[in-house]
Amino acid sequence: MNEIQEERLRQNISAAFYRHGLLCASYPVPIILFTSASILTCCYPLLKLPLPGTGPVEFTTGVRDYSTPSHESQGDLSERPDWYRGPPVAYIQQVLVKAAVSPWDNSLVPVDVFRSPLGRVFSVLEEIRNHVYTDRSLEALCLQVTDLLPGLRRMQAVLPEHGCLLVSPGNYWQNRRDLFDADPDLLKTVHQHEPKGLHTSATLKDLLFGVPGKQTGVNLYSKKRVVTYTITIALSSYDARFVASLRARLKQLHPSANCTLREDHMVHVHFKEEIGIAELIPLVTTYIILFAYIYFSTRKIDMVKSKWGLALAAVVTVLSSLLMSVGLCTLFGLTPTLNGGEIFPYLVVVIGLENVLVLTKSVVSTPVDLEVKLRIAQGLSNESWSIMKNMATELCIILIGYFTFVPAIQEFCLFAVVGLVSDFFLQMFFFTTVLSIDIRRMELADLNRRLPAEAGMPPPKPGPLRPRETPPPPRPSPHTITLQAPAFRNLRLPKRLRVVYFLARTRLAQRIIMVGTVIWIGILVYTDPAGLRTFLAAQVSEQSPLGEAGLPPHLGVAPVFPGGDPTSTLSGLPAPEPTPLPENQSQGHRAAHPEVAPVSSPQITWGPEDEELWRRLSFRHWPSLFSYYNITLAKRYISILPVIPVTLHLSPQEAIDTRHPQDTHHAPPPSIKTSDLQTDLTLYKVAALGLFAGVVLVLLLFCLYRVLCPRNYGQNGVPHGRRRRGDLPCDEYGYSPPISEISPLLLRGHSMDIECLASDGMLLASCCLVGHIRVWDAQTGDCLTVIPNNGLRRSSSSGCWEHRDGWDHISACEAESLLGADFREPGGGAVGGQDVDIFPIRRRTTPARPALFGDQPDLTPLIDTNFGLSPPSQALSSSGFDFGGLVEKAYQEHEPSPTLAFPPSPPPVLPPELPPQNNGDWDSSVWAMELRGNLIATGRSSGKLELWDAVEGSLRCSNEDGVSGITALAFLNNRIVAARLNGSLDFFTVEITKPLGLLQYRGPPGRGSLPPSPCYSSEDVISCQLTRSVQCAHQKPITVLKAAAGRVVTGSQDHTVRVYRLEDSCCLFTLQGHSGGITAIYIDQTMVLASGGQDGTICVWDVLTGSRVSHVYGHRGDVTSLVCTTSCIISSGLDDLICIWDRSTGIKLYSIQQEVGCGASLGVISESLLVTGGQGCVSFWDLNYGDLLQTVYLGQSSEGQSVRQLLVLDNAAIVCDFGSELSLVYVPSVLEKLD
Amino acid sequence: MAEDSSLSGGAPMHRGPYISMITNRTMNLLIRAAMLFMVGVFLALVLNLLQVQRNVTLFPPDVISSIFSSAWWLPPCCGTAAALIGLLYPCMDRRLGEPHKLKREWSNVMRCVAVFVGINHASAKVDFVNNVQLSLTLAALSVGLWWTFDRSRSGFGLGVIIAILATLATQLLVYNGVFQYTSPDFLYIRSWLPCIFFAGVITVGNIGRQLALYEYKVSQEKTHQD
Repeated sequence: MNEIQEERLRQNISAAFYRHGLLCASYPVPIILFTSASILTCCYPLLKLPLPGTGPVEFTTGVRDYSTPSHESQGDLSERPDWYRGPPVAYIQQVLVKAAVSPWDNSLVPVDVFRSPLGRVFSVLEEIRNHVYTDRSLEALCLQVTDLLPGLRRMQAVLPEHGCLLVSPGNYWQNRRDLFDADPDLLKTVHQHEPKGLHTSATLKDLLFGVPGKQTGVNLYSKKRVVTYTITIALSSYDARFVASLRARLKQLHPSANCTLREDHMVHVHFKEEIGIAELIPLVTTYIILFAYIYFSTRKIDMVKSKWGLALAAVVTVLSSLLMSVGLCTLFGLTPTLNGGEIFPYLVVVIGLENVLVLTKSVVSTPVDLEVKLRIAQGLSNESWSIMKNMATELCIILIGYFTFVPAIQEFCLFAVVGLVSDFFLQMFFFTTVLSIDIRRMELADLNRRLPAEAGMPPPKPGPLRPRETPPPPRPSPHTITLQAPAFRNLRLPKRLRVVYFLARTRLAQRIIMVGTVIWIGILVYTDPAGLRTFLAAQVSEQSPLGEAGLPPHLGVAPVFPGGDPTSTLSGLPAPEPTPLPENQSQGHRAAHPEVAPVSSPQITWGPEDEELWRRLSFRHWPSLFSYYNITLAKRYISILPVIPVTLHLSPQEAIDTRHPQDTHHAPPPSIKTSDLQTDLTLYKVAALGLFAGVVLVLLLFCLYRVLCPRNYGQNGVPHGRRRRGDLPCDEYGYSPPISEISPLLLRGHSMDIECLASDGMLLASCCLVGHIRVWDAQTGDCLTVIPNNGLRRSSSSGCWEHRDGWDHISACEAESLLGADFREPGGGAVGGQDVDIFPIRRRTTPARPALFGDQPDLTPLIDTNFGLSPPSQALSSSGFDFGGLVEKAYQEHEPSPTLAFPPSPPPVLPPELPPQNNGDWDSSVWAMELRGNLIATGRSSGKLELWDAVEGSLRCSNEDGVSGITALAFLNNRIVAARLNGSLDFFTVEITKPLGLLQYRGPPGRGSLPPSPCYSSEDVISCQLTRSVQCAHQKPITVLKAAAGRVVTGSQDHTVRVYRLEDSCCLFTLQGHSGGITAIYIDQTMVLASGGQDGTICVWDVLTGSRVSHVYGHRGDVTSLVCTTSCIISSGLDDLICIWDRSTGIKLYSIQQEVGCGASLGVISESLLVTGGQGCVSFWDLNYGDLLQTVYLGQSSEGQSVRQLLVLDNAAIVCDFGSELSLVYVPSVLEKLD
Repeated sequence: MAEDSSLSGGAPMHRGPYISMITNRTMNLLIRAAMLFMVGVFLALVLNLLQVQRNVTLFPPDVISSIFSSAWWLPPCCGTAAALIGLLYPCMDRRLGEPHKLKREWSNVMRCVAVFVGINHASAKVDFVNNVQLSLTLAALSVGLWWTFDRSRSGFGLGVIIAILATLATQLLVYNGVFQYTSPDFLYIRSWLPCIFFAGVITVGNIGRQLALYEYKVSQEKTHQD
């Protein structure tokens, strides 16, 4: 009962998924729009969340009604941030001192600018330390610090320990005036603690001075001659009255005129948690694991149009589901408290990419011939149950986690649950739709590819139909590179080259440099805004028209008296500023100042920029100060009290008095111009250095590029027409394979396209569409024999060709009844008589073919051996290459042989070249041809099997037992197997009866070496007998027939492969496993059997047991050819892909994408050399790495011709058909390798 | 064994040097052990860093000065243990004759490692109310890890045995004062330690099995050829 219910549930789910899949695939665009809209809607609440970052957050309150915030959160103050609870770590009170020697006169040395002003810090310090307000002293209120951290021993002399945290420039001299006075070189003391090189955090100088380094004015070339520093006091508790009295006291002692600093705000600065290196390492580790996970997951996506696109879609699905989950949780009032960066990898891992991959796999494995909609729907419904089950399991696990009642885990689980649900939603809507689009694109591309390339008609819409990756259509040059862009190839290049290619392809180096620069600038701006901002501000203010044009130049020259009221000075002016803001007046005043005369008295001004000078410090200023005492500011805050301004004016006399004796030894102040330059010198230095580094880098890259890419990389203007034949294709990166000249030998002679090709290593037989058979020497390429269509008979005595068509018609019926399996039967006498009867008709020639077949065997126009380099000329025919003469000589030699050959034969001497022809099959075409020894077996469409002598060109025997056309032939050890169109399989035995007196006669001359396996001399009487005929070997026509190792293997359109034993023609196995007709079979001596079918699958079988070893789904469309080496299987398919599989495991090693319409022919020359035929060329590949070694172009005008058949000969030559020509290509380098 | 190696040595022409090296059984064993060792060392360093950060483990102060803030002997020990366990698991699978059938893919292994690191993370960073809750949660998580990524009885048994042994060893180490835990609640150690050990054993076993898969594939094909 339960099972029934489960089954019903299952069916319901499956049906629902099916309908959903149909919906998604039918309306892809609206669904994607809808999903995107929902993602955006769900992510909208995320905008309210603060951006992640470690920058401090500020909150400003008034000073007057300030009270330490309580620990409890108060809901009434909504603007109050939630970190503003409890007391701060410290209250920072800064005393901003601006000191200047004024009036300045020329007797003063540069050191005087800062020596006496700095010296005054000790008195101010003293004042602060001793300040008491109603029995409260600083000691009681200030933040007491203990030891410095152990690692900071060198700072012990400078930073306070065991007491108040009170820092000032006086700390350089241990707050002792006598040490200060005795210091001969103040600058050296200040700078000795500065770190070398680039620093992004706060330096000691910043800490002690409390202002950005540029603003202190403590240098010899200061233009303003105003020294600025702060005395920083950290208070542990806030006593408003004490602070107020301190402020009043200092103001009273050192009044700051025209000071309009606001004193009513205190700023609370909250610091985020800092991420140290120790915390970073686990974080980075989790992210590395995450990326490894994503990598390994998405790697499994296969058999789709755009792997990367789908992988991206998968990652987008997961990421946006996470974002949606956070957004939804925020929407419903749950604020995330967990560290998002930390839990994020775990969330991704929990949600996982599995479902997405399962979906892809399921959809891809549906039958390809279905409609896209149905495929999607089927794929979805196939996996519906497991998807739902997994989802339920995960939800259960997470719910269990929820009931641990640990807040952190609960929150995690909540996010995970919402994430899982939204992920499911996105998978169902977003990813499925993307998948359907992808599959549709793939099918369109398939359709496009299936159109024959020779058709020549461009697809109506090339843009959307073509895959995105394909390069623009090939250039109209005669020799286009037959390979697609390397990005599309999936090759195994040498590692070094792959790295270089990768770098080149992605321009990785440049991008890294660019990104690095941007990040560096970002870090600079973010962490050390003081330097850059002040610099920029200075630039702006110097160039601002306000400063230069807005104020009359004489304004700056006017002496400003100490304590004088600048507003009064300003009030006397016509005040032409367009925007006379009160704050801007002093600023404009100050900005105008540097433009004036070289000697000017320094003036102290206070502007709003002084109010919060700490803002210009590095944001790590306070954390680093406190971290020295092992106090962390992470997740805590400090309160910064309004600054207390102190203005110090020193008289020149005072400055002279405090001079150190060595101060005057310093060089006199350089002129303002040079000092102006000096200040910016560092900047220029950095710029020059950067420029230099850039130039060096560019040069280096250029050299690298020259070295690695010596050829014309990127030069699109290279005319491709100049490429000669044999010129090597250059990669996109300029890589070209090692050059070894391979020039194809063109064998010309056929007038039509070549249909069949057979070779036994020494001889080569070819048959063209008309039915002419030509025999060539595989070594030299000489044409040895021409056998015309058997409607034309050659009379060896006269050496001419004669038409026999009329005879054929006449004798058709009688011959059929007369002739048995062997035409050498004694009944031959009658046949001979008949032959004589019709003799007169012999002389008749048809006007259809008069030119070719004259009386004399003038073969020169037929045998045109083009050696590629020299054009065919008349000289050839007269030279040694006149094969006409050669063949004629051979004829002469053999002329007496017929008479010699058959003395013991039965009385009616019948010349073997005149066998009785029984039916009118001169117009039946040759469908199959095999060559063994010097016998050519041809199977005709009329079902006739003929045996020809390859050297003499004479018909030795024929057999007409079957009437169905012979589709394939196998010739092995004097046995011939013929597969017929009706699915029957005939086994023939070739019997040789040696004539008695001529046993010693040697074989045919003309070829130096003896042919391998059975050698038939022309005198032998050869008979071909049908030994067995398997009538219904297959239900449908036999498409492939291969024989090796004593086995005959047939493949048929009825989806099965059968294995027969050659000796007794017994069917051993019927192998079933394909779901389409068999298109390719490979079997070799080691009994390895591989078969490929129309369904694109490749099966590897064990011939001994008949079991299937492996079964791979390799191609979209038919498998067109299959070759095995000892370690791998190479297959090519209609999808123009050449796949290389590991033979034993069936794992795809790699694949090579070829140009459209040329991946049909394959050959393996040696264990590691693969040759493929292409459009007018053959390509050699290294099997180990999959890289292209060489492409050999077969002819000049080879555009439309593709190599359809390719044979590998024993002597490392390959022969391939090339339209009406044959091409013989020697691979010399392989010979060396083989040796 | 010798036969195997001679066989693969005798047929170097058939495969590339890499494949033949992998086929060589001793070589394969060594490579796997080295890889597992490195994984162990790495995980030990990273996870210990997590613990040290939160002051869960205390090592003598003079050692804490670098990023490798634990004692020097810890990572090698973990590495060796990882190598042993990672080799033991596939070996046991073969002996028992029940090969690991669950999804054997690298992506799954990565997921397992991520969950393991997550368990450690949780043990170090999440603030639990009491130790019992923490230990129970981690135990549930560990068993969940086993169920998700292993599901073999042999794996569970081996994991439990090794976890117990490792816990004992840690107890002895702490007892002898080599290092200590800040707030021990299970004799001298934290009570969640066995769970972590268990999860670690499962994870390393998973990695070891995945690594062994390559050898398995190659040898399978070889037997087929024979």
